Amino acid sequence: MIDLTVNGATTRLDIDPATPLLYVLRDDLGLHAAKFGCGLGQCGACTVLVDDQPVFSCVLPIGAIGTRKVTTVEGLGTAAKPGDVQRAFLHEQAAQCGYCIPGMMARAQGLLRKTVTPTEDELRTAMAPSLCRCGTHMRILRAVRRAAVMRGGGVVDAAEPVT
Amino acid sequence: MNRSGITRKLVWAVVALCVCVLIFAILAYRPAIATVTRPDPRLFDPALVVRGANLARLGNCVSCHQSASGRPYAGGYPVKTPFGTIYGSNITPDPATGIGAWSPTAFRRAMREGVGRDGSHLYPAFPYTHYANVTESDLGALYAFLMTRPAVRSVPPANTMIPPLGFRPLLAGWKLLFVRPQRITPDANQSAAWNRGRDIGETLAHCTACHSPRGLFQQEKRGAQAYDGGWSGGWYAPPINAHSPAVQAWTVERLDAYFRTGLSTAHAAAAGPMGSVTYNLARAAPTDVRALATYYAWQMRDAPAARLEPPLPDRQALASQGHPDGAQLYEGACAVCHEPGAAMMVAGRPALPLGTPLHEDNPRDTIQIVLKGLHPPVSPRGPYMPAFADALDDRQVAEIVAYLQMRHGTGPAWKNLEKDVAKARKEGE
Amino acid sequence: MSSVASRRDVLGGLLVAFSLAPSTALAQTGGGEGSGGPPTIAPDLPGTLAKFPNLDAWIRIAPDGRVTVFTGKVELGTGVKTAMAQLAADELDVAIDRIDLITADTGLTPNEGVTAGSQTLEQSGTAIANAAANVRLLLAEAAATRWGVMATTLFTRDGLVLGGQGKRATYAELAASTSLAVRARADVPRKRREARQLIGRPVPRVDLPAKLTGLPSYVHDMRLPGMVHARVLRGPSSGTQLTPELSALRRQPGVARVVQVGRFAAIVGPREWPLEQALRVANRGRWVRDPSVPALFPMPAGLLDMRRESQVINNRRDDPGARGVQQLSARYDRPYLMHGAIGPSCAVALFAEDRLTVWTHSQGVEPLRQAIAELLAIPADRVRCVHREGAGCYGHNGADDVAGDAALIARAMPGVPVRLQWSREQEHGWEPLGPAMLAQVDATLDASGRIVDWRHQVWSNTHSTRPVAAGDLLAGAEVVPPFKPTPPKPIPQPNGGGDRNAIPLYRFPNQTIVSHFLPDMPVRVSALRGLGAHLNIFALESFMDELAAAAGRDPVAFRLAHLEDPRAAAVIRQAAARFGWARYRSAPNRGRGFAFARYKNHGAYCAIALDVERVPDEGRLIVHRAVAAVDSGEAVNPDGIRNQVEGGIVQSLSWTAFEAAGHDGARRTDYDWSTYPILRFADAPRSVTVEVIDRLGTPFLGTGECAQGPTAAALANALASATGSGCEVCL
Ligand code: FES
Ligand code: FES
Repeated sequence: MIDLTVNGATTRLDIDPATPLLYVLRDDLGLHAAKFGCGLGQCGACTVLVDDQPVFSCVLPIGAIGTRKVTTVEGLGTAAKPGDVQRAFLHEQAAQCGYCIPGMMARAQGLLRKTVTPTEDELRTAMAPSLCRCGTHMRILRAVRRAAVMRGGGVVDAAEPVT
Repeated sequence: MNRSGITRKLVWAVVALCVCVLIFAILAYRPAIATVTRPDPRLFDPALVVRGANLARLGNCVSCHQSASGRPYAGGYPVKTPFGTIYGSNITPDPATGIGAWSPTAFRRAMREGVGRDGSHLYPAFPYTHYANVTESDLGALYAFLMTRPAVRSVPPANTMIPPLGFRPLLAGWKLLFVRPQRITPDANQSAAWNRGRDIGETLAHCTACHSPRGLFQQEKRGAQAYDGGWSGGWYAPPINAHSPAVQAWTVERLDAYFRTGLSTAHAAAAGPMGSVTYNLARAAPTDVRALATYYAWQMRDAPAARLEPPLPDRQALASQGHPDGAQLYEGACAVCHEPGAAMMVAGRPALPLGTPLHEDNPRDTIQIVLKGLHPPVSPRGPYMPAFADALDDRQVAEIVAYLQMRHGTGPAWKNLEKDVAKARKEGE
Repeated sequence: MSSVASRRDVLGGLLVAFSLAPSTALAQTGGGEGSGGPPTIAPDLPGTLAKFPNLDAWIRIAPDGRVTVFTGKVELGTGVKTAMAQLAADELDVAIDRIDLITADTGLTPNEGVTAGSQTLEQSGTAIANAAANVRLLLAEAAATRWGVMATTLFTRDGLVLGGQGKRATYAELAASTSLAVRARADVPRKRREARQLIGRPVPRVDLPAKLTGLPSYVHDMRLPGMVHARVLRGPSSGTQLTPELSALRRQPGVARVVQVGRFAAIVGPREWPLEQALRVANRGRWVRDPSVPALFPMPAGLLDMRRESQVINNRRDDPGARGVQQLSARYDRPYLMHGAIGPSCAVALFAEDRLTVWTHSQGVEPLRQAIAELLAIPADRVRCVHREGAGCYGHNGADDVAGDAALIARAMPGVPVRLQWSREQEHGWEPLGPAMLAQVDATLDASGRIVDWRHQVWSNTHSTRPVAAGDLLAGAEVVPPFKPTPPKPIPQPNGGGDRNAIPLYRFPNQTIVSHFLPDMPVRVSALRGLGAHLNIFALESFMDELAAAAGRDPVAFRLAHLEDPRAAAVIRQAAARFGWARYRSAPNRGRGFAFARYKNHGAYCAIALDVERVPDEGRLIVHRAVAAVDSGEAVNPDGIRNQVEGGIVQSLSWTAFEAAGHDGARRTDYDWSTYPILRFADAPRSVTVEVIDRLGTPFLGTGECAQGPTAAALANALASATGSGCEVCL
């Protein structure tokens, strides 16, 4: 039996502890924000926060999580009441197909938890593990810069200004 | 060695150092060399520049002299030593912040003697100890190459050395004690490739800088201990002589492929500081790279795997029993890429037990790879592994590493893994 | 209708009454791009209304006032759902949040063939806008009759018809007694532009709140009661066959069932992870090269040696007497490229009561339905294909194949919904690649520096193997006896396949354009965003720069001098002005590049300028600035257009600077993101600006693919300019 705390709620699960978190989120907890993209830790579609650290949930066995707290994009806000990262992404309309975006938002949230005044390089490095095939990069970067401003900071040498 | 023993040694060391300073205070003095106007890049012979580029790549100069954001030769890249952090200098031809005002003489003195244009002694993190044998014409080519790079105005951060090592004249003493240039003369019994490989490897490429153990004063141990394995940036550079722990022979072909692609299908991917070495070798003259491979394959000619490639153990059941937590973590985090039948294995990526780190006598490289993952060293296409530093704690990483070693390793069991994980994390910061 | 189908909650019972066009009317769609669908029966009506002239095929109004809009096109991440909702809401005069949009569903929506070729707004958007205008007029007329007044005295507002003296009626009550099962009229005016509230505005995407908060939005997210998971067993890549150890698999924990149909094999179980583990066991089996596939992987130059069917697609001699003084030639090619959707293909299928329902992210539910019906040997009217979104596809990827796979598995397990998820490695290994291509261009300049003769030849495989029959699906070749794939055919002009955009928009008095269609396909290939336009524009626009240099002209001025189309000139001028082309000062290793094209010569106009630095000793490129101007005709949603063009620029940079699919003679060598790297954030441009020129009152022009070609050429031109800009011994 494994107790897993996701978005503040603890669930008791009778599942093979080697099971990667991604499958548990999607199949057992009905949380669909984290996506299956590769299962190899290469694309970031499955990114969630574990104690504020962005991690690939597709290669994180649930047995390894222990008492750490998992936050998925569902935990950042809802359609009716979006959180600030989500509001920034909506404001910038930062999505095409949107498949990569929850992973991007989780990663952005992780960065902004660490600093709300990253440099442009730090911003891009923080986002680097996540892939987007639609080429939404510019809008994703704009959204994270906006979210930084919303939190009272801002990217110090932003390549495009937040307007 | 117990703690007070180390302290006592250190005290003696400091005393010894002070004595050196006193004795060699006068010898330590080097005059400044007059500045010159930056030579017009168009005046250099393009062929000379191309030759210099090759030498710079063989020497992996850009690794330490890039900027923190990766601008080549602009300086600012931190090199961590036990005595503090040294930032690679700006060697672009910017006259104010780089070497644009350096004459060829100043450049030659820096390379050969480790003395800056202004007369200050350079820290041996800059491996001038290896450059005594670099030929005049090669120095000229390197100079031409550097002087034709884009000039970048950028001042690297100040070094943070533990006192009193910020006091540079002390380095004269260090040099007197440890710099013993040896002339390299061609060995008529060896092939031209071998001789060329030795020339490059022992001088510009400075391979011993990482692959040899160092003494208390960070001096490289030469002679019998050369290539016995050393440390670099929190990574272990394994022995590349008869003590090579590789489980498959390093033939010339395999080494050559490894140097040029960052991947040997009989071993593993270049990781840690070796990554940038292969990045540069991949862009160097293929014949020189081949020569290096020839020389170092010869260095490892008596390694165990060179004589007999042992069957690779897979003690899966035993390891699962010995480290059930590690087995479970491996199954959920690693098996998807590394277990036989994983698509990556079917496609021909080297099997986990081939990886030299699992057979080294210390666990550091295995730990570092789990923590930091791998990035394709030579081009965007290449071996990749995600980093697990943020996903797993020290105990979990230690469990995985212990499991892996028990399952596939050939050396004695590693001890105190958790501590070493903590240390690796710290050194990797 | 099956129980699952009626779970379409948004519509309740309303839909059951909607009768579909009889399946005999579903003509074979023929694999073309964006073509297909039933024949035109009302040529006077615009867009797809010409094929489905009845209003209730497009719009229905429920008693609660909600409006359901039907389109046979699908959302591929381009925002068309939002654009369609805008069009319907504005022309009808209802709030956009009262619109429910139903996208391609063979059980519900008009058959609009395949969603491709940037034709969605041209075809479906036009139909919906006009249908909505028709419905609004019908409702107003109904109210006029009821009140005994002239319809022209009434007006509408947010779902109400309003008359003098406080007369008002809701659309819902009027619709209750007004049949929409009537033919649209061709002469119904669209809303005047001043009266529009949504069209032309950057309305936020209607689908994003759900996608950005984790609500189930993709076929991957479907979880039906009693659903099982499946994994399909295949060799490492297309052109291989796997012999899995089925007996070992049956013993594998978590594998409830092994489904085998001929060489097709899949495993089924209640949970995903044990299946993933079992997949590794399966993959230990032997794989061999598929003997039916030629062991040939021509890199672009090898295309010249292949069997070809050549056709002159344009030949004009307007000025046979022109005297050339300088002749230039160049050759351009592109490697095989991957679609590389971020989400590997997925489908859900249910076979119950002899009927099959497949939820799919295919771009063409109607032709897919035909192919699956043939695969399962059941009548097409027993197959329903319902579109559910997937990750962006950029053309024909594994979506159809996985649907065929899921159908085969579902048939073996009646009554049980089956969700089949391909692995990353399967997506990389089996999706059809975008074909490698080669183009040769020769041109002659006269003494005044004008191009007087132009010859463009292009060599290419087909750009569409979209399934129209069972043999076009992967599973079709694996069942016994196997189905044969449909022989490839070139896509005719004016759209073109490999020769798309091979005919220049420039006014060259003499020109010969030759399309060499290569029917033998050594590698599985199909449609990738832009088809041949990517390489042809790359060739044309790179060569224009070479010619400009030879003529001693500025590249922008040189282009303008050869253009007569004022809209083309306008986007070029706009992009150049916004970029600051005239003021640009080059620096060492840094240069500017320009390119222009009108997609397909009848879609959107797009001009792009790039400012690019080539970092010496690293070979790394920094795109400092990208500036584009685009004319998509009437802009339904300018922000949607910007989003598409920004994305197109970044994706095309990735194609051009990072990508090439390989093959080792036995199998593909790219099986994941480490072997097929794509552009990451560090290499994304520093800034991208897209200017939209709105042409009110003109037809919608497809935009989704317009940036691919110009970006590639602008990058090449910028690099050439960087190298020529005093690059200090570039190494
Ligand atoms: S799905 Fe986890 S990184 Fe791709
Ligand atoms: S928005 Fe489609 S993959 Fe990023």
